[in-house]
Amino acid sequence: MTTIAMKVNGKAVGGEVESRTLLVDFIRVNLGLTGTHVGCDTSQCGACVVHINGKAVKSCTTLAVACEGADITTIEGIAKNGTLHPMQQAFHEEHGLQCGFCTPGMIMSSIDIVKRNGKKVSEEVIRRELSGNICRCTGYHNIVAAVQSAAQKM
Amino acid sequence: MADTGTGIGARVLRKEDKRFITGKGQFTDDINLKDQTYAYFVRSPHAHATIKSVNTAKAKKMPGVVDIFTCKEVEEDKIGGLICGWMIHSKDGSPMKAGPHPILASGKVRFVGDQVAVVIAETKAQAKAAAEAVAVSYGVLPHNVDAAQAMKTKAQVHDVASDNRVYNWSLGDQAATDAAFKNAAHVTKMNIINNRLIPNAMETRAAIGSYDTGADHYTLYTTSQNPHVARLVISAFHGLAPEHKLRVIAPDVGGGFGSKIFIYGEEVVCVWASKRIGGRPVKWTADRSEAFLSDAHGRDHVSQAELAMDRSGKITGLRVHTIASMGAYLSTFSAAVPTYLYATLLSGQYNIPNIYAEVDAVYTNTAPVDAYRGAGRPEATYLIERIVETAARELKMDPAEFRRHNFITSFPHQTPVIFTYDAGDYGAALDKALEMSDYKNFASRKAESAKNGKLRGVGFSAYIEACGIAPSAAVGSLGAGVGLWESAEVRVNAVGTVEVLTGSHSHGQGHETTFAQLVSDRLGIDINSVAIVHGDTDKVQMGMGTYGSRSGAVGMTAISKALDKIEAKAKKVAAAVMEASAEDIDFKDGTFTVKGTDKKMAFGEVALASYVGHKFNSSEIEIGLKETSFHDPSNFVFPAGVHICEVEVDADTGLTKIASYTAVDDFGTIINPMIVEGQVQGGVAQGIGQALIEGCNYDPESGQLLTGSFMDYNMPRAANMPHIENFKLGFTFTKCPSNPLGMKGCGEAGAIAAPPAVINAITDAIGVRDIAMPATPLTVWQAMQPMKRAAE
Repeated sequence: MTTIAMKVNGKAVGGEVESRTLLVDFIRVNLGLTGTHVGCDTSQCGACVVHINGKAVKSCTTLAVACEGADITTIEGIAKNGTLHPMQQAFHEEHGLQCGFCTPGMIMSSIDIVKRNGKKVSEEVIRRELSGNICRCTGYHNIVAAVQSAAQKM
Repeated sequence: MADTGTGIGARVLRKEDKRFITGKGQFTDDINLKDQTYAYFVRSPHAHATIKSVNTAKAKKMPGVVDIFTCKEVEEDKIGGLICGWMIHSKDGSPMKAGPHPILASGKVRFVGDQVAVVIAETKAQAKAAAEAVAVSYGVLPHNVDAAQAMKTKAQVHDVASDNRVYNWSLGDQAATDAAFKNAAHVTKMNIINNRLIPNAMETRAAIGSYDTGADHYTLYTTSQNPHVARLVISAFHGLAPEHKLRVIAPDVGGGFGSKIFIYGEEVVCVWASKRIGGRPVKWTADRSEAFLSDAHGRDHVSQAELAMDRSGKITGLRVHTIASMGAYLSTFSAAVPTYLYATLLSGQYNIPNIYAEVDAVYTNTAPVDAYRGAGRPEATYLIERIVETAARELKMDPAEFRRHNFITSFPHQTPVIFTYDAGDYGAALDKALEMSDYKNFASRKAESAKNGKLRGVGFSAYIEACGIAPSAAVGSLGAGVGLWESAEVRVNAVGTVEVLTGSHSHGQGHETTFAQLVSDRLGIDINSVAIVHGDTDKVQMGMGTYGSRSGAVGMTAISKALDKIEAKAKKVAAAVMEASAEDIDFKDGTFTVKGTDKKMAFGEVALASYVGHKFNSSEIEIGLKETSFHDPSNFVFPAGVHICEVEVDADTGLTKIASYTAVDDFGTIINPMIVEGQVQGGVAQGIGQALIEGCNYDPESGQLLTGSFMDYNMPRAANMPHIENFKLGFTFTKCPSNPLGMKGCGEAGAIAAPPAVINAITDAIGVRDIAMPATPLTVWQAMQPMKRAAE
C-alpha cells in the first residue's frame, strides 16, 4: 500500500492505495465521488474523463499513485457556488443527454476541447475530438450543439 | 399545440438533467451497502463443452474469498432456471423446444461466456483473482455459431432440439401467396442478412442483492427496464421468495435499448447468494468485456425473400423464409421477436394482398439473442425496404414513385399478417421527405460529388412499426405469458402538489419531464409541482416497464385515465364546498368554477379541502385525492414515416460518409418535440451504426467472440453522424385512434428506418444490387472491384 495525497475539486485528499489502484477507483470508491463513471475496460468510452492539472484524462487508464500532488477536477467540481459551468448548462439547454451515464465524461472532455480550440472551434473538430467519448443514446447531434453553444460562453 | 409553457407539445427542458450533469445520478454501481461483498463470475472459455468437474478448493483459500457457488448450491436451494415468457407453436402445432437455462451452468456450457461459478469476496479484485483459480475441467464438444448452419450441424446445443430448431413457425396464406407468384409479371428475389448486433448501453449491467435475515426479506438493486417483471419472474419462476418478500429497485439506469428488459442469471445469483452468505449484500458490476459476452445480442437473421408484382408494378405477393438465431438459450422475450414482432410487419406501408412467412428459430453456440431497439421490426423493415427498392430499380421505376404506387391509402387497413393499421398518411410523409431532402435536385448534387471523386447515392426507407405494446388478450392469444398493460397512480397531496407513480421505467427517455407535462397540462399546475416516481416495487405496486415504445401510448394513457378519475373526484369535492352539484362544476386551467356563477376554487384549494374533510359528508365522498388506473391498450399503435439518406462513397477507399439524412415521422401527438427529436437522432445513429460499422462476429473455428470490446466492435462516434445542418427532422400528423392522447411511439423508429435507407443509398451510389451490413470501407471497396475491372 502507498500513501498518496492530491487535490480533488479544490480539497486536499489522501489515502492508502495499492500500487495498481486506478484513479477512477480511488475517486469512486475511496472518495465516494460517483459522478465519474466506468463504461468500458479498454480506455475507449470516456465515461471516466476527469481533469488532471487542467487537462482531460481517462481516469480508468491512470494509476492513482501517479497523481501524487496533482490537482484533479471531477464532474462534481465544475459548478461554482451553485452556478453550473457553461458546458453543463449547454448540455441541459441543448438536450445533450438522455440516460446521463456518459454525460460526466462528455462534459469534462468537451470543456477541454473548447479550452484548447477556442470559441471558434468547428463542428468538424468537435466531432473528431469527441472520438474518445461514446454515447449510445443521443446520436451526438445535441452533444455537438451543446459544445458549440458552450464555446460561445466559456 | 403550444410550443411554449409546460403543457403538451412544449419543448420543456428536462427536469432530470441536473443530477446527471452534476455527477449526482444514482446508478446501481454508485450504490454501496454496508458490509457488501463483491461477486465475480467464472465464465466458459469454450463455445460448447461438458463440465466434467469444478474444483473450488484452491480458490476458496485465496485472500478475501467469502464463498464460491456453482449449480450444486443453486440446485440444493431449488432455484429455478431462466424462462422465456413467450410460447411459440410450430406450424405443425408442437410447442417450441425450450432447453434448460440454469442461472449457473449445469452439466454443460453452451457459449463462450456462459457462467459456471460465482466467487464472492471482500473486494472485486480479490473475487477476480480467486475466479482465475477456480479449476473447471471441460470436455470440449463440436460447436456452431452460424444461424444458417444450425439445422445442418452436428453440434446439438440442447437435447430437446435434435436439429437445433426451436420452432418452425409460419404466418399467412401459403397457397394464395404461391398462386400470386405463379401469376406474377415480375418477381424480385433477394437473400437478406440482418447482421448480429450488441446493444451496448453505456452502463453495463449491475446488481446488488441483499437479504435481511431479521425480516426474511430480499432487496435487489438492478439495471432493469422493468423491475416489476424482474420481481415477478424471480418470485414465481426462480422461486426465491414470494413477491411481498422481494423488493426490486431499478434506480438511474444508463440506457437499455432492450438489453435490460430480460432477467439474467447474474442478477438472480446476487440476490440468492446474499442469503447463502448470511445476509451480507452481494454486488456485481459487469466489466464491458463481460457485457459483450453475456448481454443478450440483437438481430442475426438470414432470410430469403421474393416479391411478386403485376404488369403495372403493383405488389401482389411477398414470400419470406427466415432463419433466426436464438443463441444458446431462449432469453425472456426472444421467441416473440422473429415471429409476432417481425413477420406481422412484413406488409410495410404497402398494400400487399398475399404474404407468407416461415421462420425457423435456431439454437447456436452464441450469447442469447433477444429484443434490441426495434426488435423484429428493424428486421422486417430492412427486408421489405431492401426488396422494394431493388424491385423498383429492376422495373426502372423511381423508388419513391414505386412506393407511392403501392402505399396503403385507406384506413383501417387489414394486412394479411394479423395487424389492422388504424391510421396513417404515408403519401404525406413521402412528400414532406422529398421536399425536405430536395430530392428533385439530387442529380446536380451527384454531379458535384463526382467532381470530387465521390460517388453519391440516395436511399429511401418507408418504415412502419407496431408499438405501444400491447393489448393483453391479443398477446395472450399469441403466446405471451403476461399482459402488457400499464399502471399509474396519481397522488395529489394536500397542498396540491402531485406524485405520479408509474410502472413505466425511464432510462434516458425523459419521463420525469414528459409525464409531468401531461399532469401540468391536465391539472393546470406548475410542472415543478409534479414528481414522477418509478423503478421501485415498494413504491409502485405493479407495472410492465419500458420497451417497445410503450411508455407514451400505454404508460401515459394510464396516467391520463387516473387523472380523469382525479378530476371527477375533485369536482365532487369542489361541488360540495361551493354548494353546487358536481354536474355544474367546470375545470379548466387549474380552476374549478360553478356554471353561471362567479364561484371558483383553485386546484390546490380543492386538494386541501379533500383532505381536511370539513365541508363534505365523508360517508358520501371519501377523504383524500388519490386514484389508480390500469390501462390495457385496445390495439398496437403504428408510427410510420419516410427516411431519405444520401451518401458519398470514396471511390478509392470505399469509405462511406452520410452526406445528408432526412427523417419524416408520424408519431401522432407529440408531448415534447425536443425529447422526441432526441429519440429519433439516437435511433438513427444506431441504425447508421448497424448499416456502416457495427457487427458482432464469432469465429466459426473457435467459437470465440471476436468483437468483444470497444476496440473490436465499432460503436458509432460523433464523426460517423451527419453534420447538424445535414440531419433534418420533420413530422407529419395523424391522430392515433386507440388512445385518448392520440400518441404513437418514437423510441425505436430511427433504428428501424435507418439501415435500409443507408444501404439503399450505398447500393445506388456504387451501382450494385446488394451489399452486406456493415458496409465497411473494405466491404464497399471489394463490391466496387468487379465494375472497376470491367471498366478497365
